[in-house]
Amino acid sequence: MKHLLSIEQLSRGEIEAILDRAESFAEVGRRDIKKVPTLRGRTVVSLFYESSTRTSSSFDLAAKRLSADLISVKAAGSSVEKGESLKDTVATLSAYDPAAIVIRHPYAGAAQMVAGWTPAAVVNAGDGKHEHPSQALLDVYTLRRRLGSLEGIRIWIVGDVLHSRVARSNLIAFARMGAEVTVCGPPTLIPRGIEELGCEVSYSLDGVEEAEVVYALRMQQERMSESFVPSLREYAANFQIDTRRLNPRQLLMHPGPVNRGVELSGEAIDSPQSLIAEQVAAGLVVRMAILYELLAGGEGGKTANQGEGSQPTPIGTPA
Amino acid sequence: MSLTDALDIRAGENAHLILRRATVLDPVAGIDAVHDVVVRDGEVAGLAGPGEADAEGAEVVAAEGLHAFPAFFDPHVHLRTPGHEHKEDVETGTRAAAAGGYCGILAMANTQPPVSTAADVSALREQARAGASVTVGFLATVTKAMAGSELTEMVELREAGAVGFSDDGLPITDAGVMRRALQYQHLCGGNIALHEEDPRLSRDGAMHEGPVSAALGVAGIPSVSESTMVARDAALAGYENARIHVQHLSAAESVEAVRAAKAAGVMISAEASPHHLCLTDEAVRSLDPHRAKMNPPLREERDRQALIEGLRDGTVECIATDHAPHQPEEKDVPFEQAAMGVTGLETAFAALHTELVLPGVIDLSLLVERLAGGAAPFDLERPTLAPGSEANVVLCDLGAEWTVGEDGYESRSANSWCADQTLTGRVLMTVAAGQVAFRLRSFSLGVAA
Repeated sequence: MKHLLSIEQLSRGEIEAILDRAESFAEVGRRDIKKVPTLRGRTVVSLFYESSTRTSSSFDLAAKRLSADLISVKAAGSSVEKGESLKDTVATLSAYDPAAIVIRHPYAGAAQMVAGWTPAAVVNAGDGKHEHPSQALLDVYTLRRRLGSLEGIRIWIVGDVLHSRVARSNLIAFARMGAEVTVCGPPTLIPRGIEELGCEVSYSLDGVEEAEVVYALRMQQERMSESFVPSLREYAANFQIDTRRLNPRQLLMHPGPVNRGVELSGEAIDSPQSLIAEQVAAGLVVRMAILYELLAGGEGGKTANQGEGSQPTPIGTPA
Repeated sequence: MSLTDALDIRAGENAHLILRRATVLDPVAGIDAVHDVVVRDGEVAGLAGPGEADAEGAEVVAAEGLHAFPAFFDPHVHLRTPGHEHKEDVETGTRAAAAGGYCGILAMANTQPPVSTAADVSALREQARAGASVTVGFLATVTKAMAGSELTEMVELREAGAVGFSDDGLPITDAGVMRRALQYQHLCGGNIALHEEDPRLSRDGAMHEGPVSAALGVAGIPSVSESTMVARDAALAGYENARIHVQHLSAAESVEAVRAAKAAGVMISAEASPHHLCLTDEAVRSLDPHRAKMNPPLREERDRQALIEGLRDGTVECIATDHAPHQPEEKDVPFEQAAMGVTGLETAFAALHTELVLPGVIDLSLLVERLAGGAAPFDLERPTLAPGSEANVVLCDLGAEWTVGEDGYESRSANSWCADQTLTGRVLMTVAAGQVAFRLRSFSLGVAA
């Protein structure tokens, strides 16, 4: 695997390989010294054209835990504000010979285009409303830890599916791991033709009690002004996951950041069946595993950049 | 009116040619036989028996095994001048047209600034007389600055030589303004070509709305964004007894709306583009902005089949390229940010021959007829090979394989929707208004040998 551009491109085996690797990093995370020298001397560029807390901080920390040198570029305050094109920005950053570029961009296909412009490995940290593969991997990781396997598990993804890259990546990943996925939300927020990705569609929460896992999506304030839903109040009345709707055997997930009282009730967020904190923790080890697989894993650790210090060091060797 | 009466071309020498033993196909004139085609004094001087034409003083082209058709006419081209000459201009755009076998084109008015005054039209006509390889006509905008609110001085624009009117690139969303334009047509004449789209339905869409847009997370442009506007304008044209031409049909529902309007006696004509006839939204899966980003968007297989059926039954009387040149910096960006449009003049015949004729989807004669069908809706004489008519001839090698872009493009822009594809069928030579407008270099060398 040269790049991580989408879940669509990954086989079940490739997904499992990343999750297995993440398990070994979870073990490293329990040590006093949480850093390994694997990517010592190599450079990771993190290039974010959209605001992000979880994804950018966990990729940054993942790179540091692997001992990589990190360049973190945010669109705000960079030459992007001076009108530099994505292509030129990527060319500039590629001049530092990075081993990987982690990119978040507001438009679909951006990561894939970047992969055509740089010799570095490219990690899609979210491209428009298209895909968010590292989120899907950490969610599968979280569920696999809790349930052992996703085979035959019924998962409902609830909310603004239309504008959600998380929904798209997750439904593909869950289905690929053997789960049965239903997407649920008001008809205005369910994209026409989504069922062809291999999911059921429901316009109400009737039947959600059958699910083992309920995955709520973030409901954005600006959707109100575009008439996707008449009001947050009406949305919450019909689609909010609260402790009355959630039965005690069900697991609750959310990619964050949560709008308390909109898609989830405060009580549900804080309930023991909520996996939200585990998802965040999983984000770090899964993103370490992604960087490891791309830069040090695969065919005997062969990588695009074989310069000095590029040889991976096995996990477990203290830094 | 003949093309040279109504349109402009650079003055040049009339060719004296004999296309020796060419297979001549002009379905409208009922010609389908091997002839020596004689071009002289700006006319098709005659169709002689094979090998019988007198070569005295003529350039003889060995055309045995090659096909001669009436040259094509494209009613929908963006020449980008004034304002965007870094993408295209009259000279490069008409060279591209000639290379594609076209003897005439109509240029859209959505330039910078838009073609909205008599002076704009006059200046463009002067440029065409100075540098156009094929005959060019210019449309003027329907509304001032294409703002969709006030009509242009349509009578004066017609007097200056505007062939018709179009706000192409933008729809005329206000039905009241549309109705006034149709009423005014009774005074000024000239067909009104319409880009049919309801922006309140297409919103920020960047591709067709359907399973592929759902999978990609790219906002969709629903088919009804087009078809409801086609139906609206057909109703208005019928009510005002006025005439409209619907541009770049893309959706099955739109084809059906045109068909129903025709059956009801509305004066309506329609065009489809080669890319909508050859591709579907599956081509967008790659998110390649160079080939698959245009408006209207590539739609589904059922839409493509409906367009083909429209070509067959005459609902769609012509093929128009919607040749839309863009520079790399407008296309080397993520799909949703990329400029809309692809070039098509140089590849239309070869692409449609490869994708539709060779697999037996449509006959060669239907393709040839529809590629010249864009003249009649604008009151222009259809190119024909009937003896005595203006010499507009294209000579093609139907067996020649070539790779699009291998020798570059005549157009100033390279955003061809079929770049790097290998096509079968190639234009070797184009005669426009009696002049040789294009010769394929390798073919010319072959003739000399």
